Amino acid sequence: MSLYDVQKLIYQLNRDAQLRERFSTDMETVLTEYDLSDEERRSILEPDVGLLYVMGVNGQLLMHYAALRGYEWSAYMEAMREGERKYGPVRTGLYTSAGSRS
Amino acid sequence: MSLVFAGVCSHAPGITGRRERADPVVRDAFYAAYERMRLALEAARPDALVVIAAEHFANFFMNNMPAICVGMGERYEGPIEDEAWIGIRRTRVPGAPDLSRRLIEDVMNDIDLAYAQEWKFDHGISVPLHFLTPRYDLPVIPVNINCQGPPLIPLKRCYEFGRALRRACNAAPERIAVIGTGGISHWPATPDSGKINERWDREFLGRFLANRREELLAYRDDQTWREAGQGGFEIRTYIALAGAAEGHTGELWFYAPIPIFAVGCTVAVMNLDGKAQAA
Repeated sequence: MSLYDVQKLIYQLNRDAQLRERFSTDMETVLTEYDLSDEERRSILEPDVGLLYVMGVNGQLLMHYAALRGYEWSAYMEAMREGERKYGPVRTGLYTSAGSRS
Repeated sequence: MSLVFAGVCSHAPGITGRRERADPVVRDAFYAAYERMRLALEAARPDALVVIAAEHFANFFMNNMPAICVGMGERYEGPIEDEAWIGIRRTRVPGAPDLSRRLIEDVMNDIDLAYAQEWKFDHGISVPLHFLTPRYDLPVIPVNINCQGPPLIPLKRCYEFGRALRRACNAAPERIAVIGTGGISHWPATPDSGKINERWDREFLGRFLANRREELLAYRDDQTWREAGQGGFEIRTYIALAGAAEGHTGELWFYAPIPIFAVGCTVAVMNLDGKAQAA
């Protein structure tokens, strides 16, 4: 259920301006409200967009989290590619690179 | 009255959010096709616009995901995305709750629906409205078909939903316009964003414009995922629109891959004036 919680956090950040505000001032406390592994916590805090992508966070959610954390479009694209180089192919979900869909 | 307008168009956020990065010649031709669609929509004098869209976790999440949900709000708000990122100012859009309720009740004779009186539009609806109802003065009824989180509704049920919607529209006194919005092949929000399978798109559009039901329903999600990307699941919106316009064929007003928009940009309108043909 942990990946579910990562995605739920991003979903709620997208919808809720108050949560975004709280998140911007005290990320650590907000994250205690979700059931997250250490790897997930680290990748959200840092943020490590490449690792979030490889973990299988749905792209339509991750795209907005990357923008929220200041990633310009090309930097967001590059972060996903860097994630694949560093951590290997996407572990789960539908948002994988086209070449891996054989 | 009945259905007075039916068409489809793309909705990718890059269409407005990354406009300055596209080839201006192709981009402006695409924008001109939206404008032509706006004029045709206005000429049809609709009382309300039903937008069959595929949202991206603005309202519906995996905690409670409806296969199909219809809006029944007095008003809506959108886009939910950052205004600078998407290039559209956030605004309120009027709803048509009474008509929504009648359509939902009628459609539910054939298809189970969820309804929502609260709904925030994301790019799936806000991008089309930006071009088609730029004054936000036409009441809108949003429809969401889950194209994100499997299990997804089968294509044949999308077509049936369209048919049921058409019957419901025929029973209502209002003049109703319906559009479907989505991508055809695309790999949005992956490192392959910008990849577009034009051959696949043109084959799909051929089946769609001819409104050949059996050929539209022949697609399989596993093949679509491999050949047309996870964004290809959004053909559900086009197939629902085809069901609503059953017996009628369409006309392609624009198609061109625009990689920075991450989709084969499409505008097409069904010819509702002609006599309906057997599918």
